[in-house]
Amino acid sequence: MLWKEILIRYGELTTKGRNRKDFIHQLKHNIKYIFSDIGSLTIRSERDRMHIELENEEQFEKIVERLPRVFGIQSFSPVAMCEKDLGVIQQTAQKIMDRYKDKSITFKVEVHRSDKSFPYQTYDIQKAVGGFLLKHNPNLSVDVKNPDVELRVEIRKEAAYLMSEIIYGAAGMPVGSNGRSLLLLSGGIDSPVAGYLMMKRGVRIDAIHFFSPPYTSEQSLQKVKDLANELTKFGSSIRLHVIPFTELQVLIKDTVPAEMLMTTTRRMMMKIADRVREEIGALGLVTGESLGQVASQTLESLTAINAVTNTPILRPLLSFDKLEIIDIAQQIGTYEISIKPYEDCCTIFTPANPKTRPKLERVTHFESQVDFDEYIERAVKNREVYTFPEKRIAENKFKHLL
Amino acid sequence: MIYFDNSATTKAHDEVLQTFVEVNKNYYANPASIHAFGVEVNELLDAARSQIASIFNTKPEYVLFTSGGTESNNFAIFGVAKANQHIGKHIITTEIEHASVLEAYKSLEKEGYEVDYLSVNKNGVISLDELREKLRKDTILVTMMHVNNEMGAIQPIEEAAKIIHEHSRAIFHVDAVQSFGKLNIQFNGEAGPDIISISGHKIHGLKGTGIIAFQRKLNIVPYIVGGGQEFGLRSGTVAVPQAVALAKACRIAFENLQENHGKFTKWRDDLIDYFKTFGNHIYILSSKEGAPHILSFSIRDLKGEVIINALQKRGVIVSTSSACSSKQKKTSHVVEALKVDPHFKEGVIRISFGAKNTEEEIEQFKAIFKDVMKELKGV
Repeated sequence: MLWKEILIRYGELTTKGRNRKDFIHQLKHNIKYIFSDIGSLTIRSERDRMHIELENEEQFEKIVERLPRVFGIQSFSPVAMCEKDLGVIQQTAQKIMDRYKDKSITFKVEVHRSDKSFPYQTYDIQKAVGGFLLKHNPNLSVDVKNPDVELRVEIRKEAAYLMSEIIYGAAGMPVGSNGRSLLLLSGGIDSPVAGYLMMKRGVRIDAIHFFSPPYTSEQSLQKVKDLANELTKFGSSIRLHVIPFTELQVLIKDTVPAEMLMTTTRRMMMKIADRVREEIGALGLVTGESLGQVASQTLESLTAINAVTNTPILRPLLSFDKLEIIDIAQQIGTYEISIKPYEDCCTIFTPANPKTRPKLERVTHFESQVDFDEYIERAVKNREVYTFPEKRIAENKFKHLL
Repeated sequence: MIYFDNSATTKAHDEVLQTFVEVNKNYYANPASIHAFGVEVNELLDAARSQIASIFNTKPEYVLFTSGGTESNNFAIFGVAKANQHIGKHIITTEIEHASVLEAYKSLEKEGYEVDYLSVNKNGVISLDELREKLRKDTILVTMMHVNNEMGAIQPIEEAAKIIHEHSRAIFHVDAVQSFGKLNIQFNGEAGPDIISISGHKIHGLKGTGIIAFQRKLNIVPYIVGGGQEFGLRSGTVAVPQAVALAKACRIAFENLQENHGKFTKWRDDLIDYFKTFGNHIYILSSKEGAPHILSFSIRDLKGEVIINALQKRGVIVSTSSACSSKQKKTSHVVEALKVDPHFKEGVIRISFGAKNTEEEIEQFKAIFKDVMKELKGV
């Protein structure tokens, strides 16, 4: 096999100071996690880069496919390694450039000689390798300023390393490097995208979902599980807290005027979420709210809903257009799951005319007439927790038919 | 019986039939239903779609199930032409397309679209220069068959795709009905089709099954409107057993592509050499550069029907150049486009191999054909 390792360049991490070590450690952990199904990888981390050792072709392909999803990586390159012999280096360079033989391209050879005991000077190596490639590959021409391909040759102590391709990573921060937050996951298009964007900032996510059987179906719950599972491909496992919400939702419907229903329901959700957040030691709540999208997302509504807690509520989508959100949802693979048509708890008792400008005093006035707290406690206590990805091997039950 | 008419249709694989029966028996719920049974059937449909998507190198949501090659071709042509007429009304195809393409183009021509038909050389292949010249700013669609059904010519899809994408905004639709399972056909960025049509019954699947697949999200108007199934592009309750059976047929065809390609090539080359031993009595329309499973030839001054009957009496099933047009009296448009010598024009016979043919059948055929030549031509 030509490729010996994958070289990883850190993203924003490099701007960090003393806690840089923790970031690198987290990134390494996340990479190991995302490839846990293909055996344990040998990863060396250095101050500026990380190296994953490759054992076989199949492993290489899986890594190249999945690595672009791991946050905290600016870019990465497959690297070939060979003996420090000019002839061998030329042959290895040729193998790399074979990959481009079908099109005419410009290239340059960039040499770094950190092993000063190597008998040839940087310029000699450059000339020997570049000349050799030019002679054997009629499709190549040299462009030192703006080449299509930069073949990099590094002469290090232990061996020579060659690489040509730079693949862009997902950037951002390694998930887990910025604490934990609880995501309110509804099953719609927005909330998974909000979760994704927070993960990109290094936030580890737990998700909470409000489940109101028999008004909402097992399929709608399955959809949320699928969404949680889909988000795990960005380098972290996710716990999903499913709150039995029927009892409380019916109580709200029976005790609060219709136009206040939505506001109170949201406030109760927020209270429950905040209690769960406290129990799991998370520091913030994440929602998919986008300003002005629906009645509950006006500034007045947000104020009324927000009034139940002092916990920071992170709203990464606040200023996004619906189309921008859909774009991201499609890119990250949650869109197709989100558009499956099942009712969720937010849509089953929707009043005809929800207040877009609820007055906080009025809302608290109605809520004060009912003792919601014991219901909230019960809902928090009776929640079911699922962890994704699920440990069991998903067997393809339709295999014999296909 | 030696069945050499696989380009007309094929015998379904037993495994495909088993799938069809089992899905009908056990997964009969409507995949659009929201009850658990419907959800399960929908999962099965998704699995079938994903399997096909991975074969063609695209996303599952870009694979739609249709009733076959004709519908897929019609859908692509009308759907793209109508959705993009604000850009232009110029469309391009070749002279040797299948009727499901030519008739659709003619119908658009009547509606005011401007059509260019690319000519072909004696091997049935278009000229890339002509294609480049014909492409315009307002060209919105180019349709091209990968393999010609009558004589097996292969069009240079990859080069054509590059030219089309470089010189126009046109969508490149490839009719791969005759090529899938015999040649490699996949989405491949700028160097490949934007739309692929295939048919199930040409690859040992079921009649009435087909696919239209897209490389990416395209501007296309629905072919059948109604309940919004198939991502709103082809309404009507999805025929799940057919779809799953097709996924299986596609997988088998794809997995056996190399093996079949090798086998068919050997047989075709062998028969071409054999026909050459009859000297100028036989004219061979196909070439060794063409698709491996189709071999068209003609016997001097002999009508196709006579040859078919003579072979049939001895247990060999072949066809005239195209099953779809074989009942029509006039000479095929493909034969016309190839400018075949009048002595040979009316007798074009097509032999087409399938996965179930064997080496022995080729040898038997040679002996039988010899008898037929003796009887009909005295040689």
